[in-house]
Amino acid sequence: MGLSVGFRSVVKEFGPVRVLHDVSFDLAAGHVYGLIGENGAGKSTLMKILGGYQPATSGDILIDGEARHFASSRDSEALGIVLIHQEFNLAEDLSIAQNIFLGHEKRRGWWLDDAAMRAETARVLKLVGLNRDPNTPVRRLIVAEKQLVEIAKALARRARLLIMDEPTATLTPGETEALFRLMDRLRADGTTIIYISHKLDEIERSTEEVIVMRDGRFVARSPTADISRQRMANLMVGRELSDLFPPKDPAPAGGVPRLLVQNLTVPGWAADIGFAVAAGEILGFAGLVGAGRTELFEGLLGLRPRTVGRVEIDGSAVRIGSPREAAAHGLTYLSEDRKGKGLHVAFGLKENLTLMALERYARPWLRPGAERAALQGAVRAFGIRAGSLDAVAGSLSGGNQQKLGLAKVLHLEPKIVVLDEPTRGVDIGAKRDIYLLIQALARGGRAVVVISSELMELVGLCHRVAVMRGGRIEATLGAEQLSEEELIAYATNARH
Amino acid sequence: MHTQPMRGTSAARLRSLFARLHGVGPLLGLALICIAGALLNSDFATFDNGMNVLTRTAFIGIIAVGMCFVIISGGIDLSVGSMAALIAGLVILSMNQAGSWGFPPLLCVALGMLVAVVLGGVFGLAHGLLITRGRIEPFIVTLGTLGVFRAFLTYFSNGGAITLDNDLSDAYAPVYYADLFGIQCPVWVFAVVALLGGLLLNRTAYGRYVQAIGSNEQVARYAAVSVDRVKVVTYMLLGVCVGVATLLYVPRLGSASPTTGLLWELEAIAAVIVGGTALKGGSGTVFGTVIGAILLSVIGNVLNLTSIISVYLNAAVQGFVIIAVAFLQRRK
Repeated sequence: MGLSVGFRSVVKEFGPVRVLHDVSFDLAAGHVYGLIGENGAGKSTLMKILGGYQPATSGDILIDGEARHFASSRDSEALGIVLIHQEFNLAEDLSIAQNIFLGHEKRRGWWLDDAAMRAETARVLKLVGLNRDPNTPVRRLIVAEKQLVEIAKALARRARLLIMDEPTATLTPGETEALFRLMDRLRADGTTIIYISHKLDEIERSTEEVIVMRDGRFVARSPTADISRQRMANLMVGRELSDLFPPKDPAPAGGVPRLLVQNLTVPGWAADIGFAVAAGEILGFAGLVGAGRTELFEGLLGLRPRTVGRVEIDGSAVRIGSPREAAAHGLTYLSEDRKGKGLHVAFGLKENLTLMALERYARPWLRPGAERAALQGAVRAFGIRAGSLDAVAGSLSGGNQQKLGLAKVLHLEPKIVVLDEPTRGVDIGAKRDIYLLIQALARGGRAVVVISSELMELVGLCHRVAVMRGGRIEATLGAEQLSEEELIAYATNARH
Repeated sequence: MHTQPMRGTSAARLRSLFARLHGVGPLLGLALICIAGALLNSDFATFDNGMNVLTRTAFIGIIAVGMCFVIISGGIDLSVGSMAALIAGLVILSMNQAGSWGFPPLLCVALGMLVAVVLGGVFGLAHGLLITRGRIEPFIVTLGTLGVFRAFLTYFSNGGAITLDNDLSDAYAPVYYADLFGIQCPVWVFAVVALLGGLLLNRTAYGRYVQAIGSNEQVARYAAVSVDRVKVVTYMLLGVCVGVATLLYVPRLGSASPTTGLLWELEAIAAVIVGGTALKGGSGTVFGTVIGAILLSVIGNVLNLTSIISVYLNAAVQGFVIIAVAFLQRRK
């Protein structure tokens, strides 16, 4: 049976900054609650307190009516409270099964009972729909698969209260759907679920009641059936939110494409791919995880072994063997993996911003003043909100890190930009800023490629969308054919 | 994000004070040991003794500056002591050879110094290529060359010593013994190397790339940094530093033997670490490294001048200092 939760005047302070103000609300056992709010609204902090990862500064948490103070996540897990983090807590070199039972190993006498752990792992992997051997090292999994392992880990712990923080940020529609079916099953078993997401359509689809937080405070709650997405968004940002996407510019007329790629093969990921993007055009890449979108572009930049027939930029053939050569030809790429490949989280903001264009600041000595001025310009142009210009990148919120990452790959003023999941883990306000920015890039004559797992985003933003499946482009849809249903159909092979 | 700027609050001020203290920690330690040394022995705080310590520090210090770059880039070089020994041997052999061809002594010396720097660069290049193109861990590569370099020196010296010819030795001596304003030549070179190193690390694109690679190599690679080239240059830089340190060291004894440069690699690495650079790379300072090198040799000097702790325990005291510094600098 699930657990009921009561928050009583929960306050949390980090030094002088109060991030939770007197939060009080109750959650009944056995229901699915959606918890929404912009980045920085305090959702994750509140859940970390509930999961025992951080102590509250003051206030109480009642579990099944009894006040509890957790000293660590072990205490809360003992009660059956499991938090699935936004950031993964996986040991890369251990296998899936070893990760799932890490700290909770099954034993037989003095020895580990590997067979039992593997069998249990196989069971929970099947539940989350991850078709992988339990002995696979986690290092070999892609981001979405790691997310599924995190969920499987929670299942193996037999959670009575499951907290999921942005579980679908890295998942494709098919995997998301599988997750929802799993949540339905857990709820039928009586598990209480708290579901945090920025994706309001998912909140609408999967929860019974919505709780809105803003600026560290409880704002409103409502049965999901009685509240529109528009209303949810308005409550989150605290103001009327006009249309999320700017109106589309007309697709640019033909002519010599800015970027033309022919016969690009990335072994194991993409076979014989060709596409072209015009100046001023936004080309989307849709597909399920594992369809080869990210790998295709990493191959194009020479970050993976690949063979390529022909690459042309503005009509002349070029050779791109490394990100450096790509940058020299005016092509830059924003990785989907912000912390692992996108930003130096321990570096300052200006060091991150100027890294790709550093030679411009060296004559031969670097000029900190010029770098600082560049940062001030980028903070203004991209709307980056930072406590201090001397902060390290890792201290920014997800949305602001993403804006910094965008500013970084655009600092070189490339002719062609490839943006991989540009709005992952970003709140609605920041999303709209990023959409406007992408449109402004295209207007400025750049060719823009957007890889995204958010179909709404591709439909709302792109002139054309290429749908990949199993390493091939299934279809390229023009503006008039674009809809979420069409994209899903091609991505999942429902259409043939 | 709605974090307020933290200026003005007393907690924040206290924290920034601690952060600054963190940076001057090695300097503070050096000052304390110097004060202790001065109190224990009146000979300690003399100009002659100070110069003596600094001159002895110069060799390790110059190597440590190069090592600082390698460690910040996320690498390591265990071979520098053996490399110094082999370079010393080859420099002496080539100078003797040039001398036997009847070259004037000064030309022989210049030639020998050039050989030292070029050999250092070439050895560093070999390391860099094995690590980047060969994709072998720096620890393994330089553990291998640690053995190779010293074995070749032993082979060339037939297990004994390689000695510089007398007339060459006289011509070469000023490189170690000459002084300007009372400060010996190696100290000047040490200062110049440290200054150049600091500029290179903090004020050039190359220095920024070194830090970026050590902090997160993938991010650097994705940000269009030529990771391999920067790494190779870093090992070459260290090799050149070893060459420079060796060409200053050779005139001191005028010979090279299988024990030349023994354990220099550990002293150089220790200087970098004591100076506040993280062994995992990403951040560190040349200034800290210089202070670290001086701190370690001052400890030896104080033990020499006082009788509280046996001088035989010098390495033990240094070891405790390294562990203590690492303990103080650990982060959560």
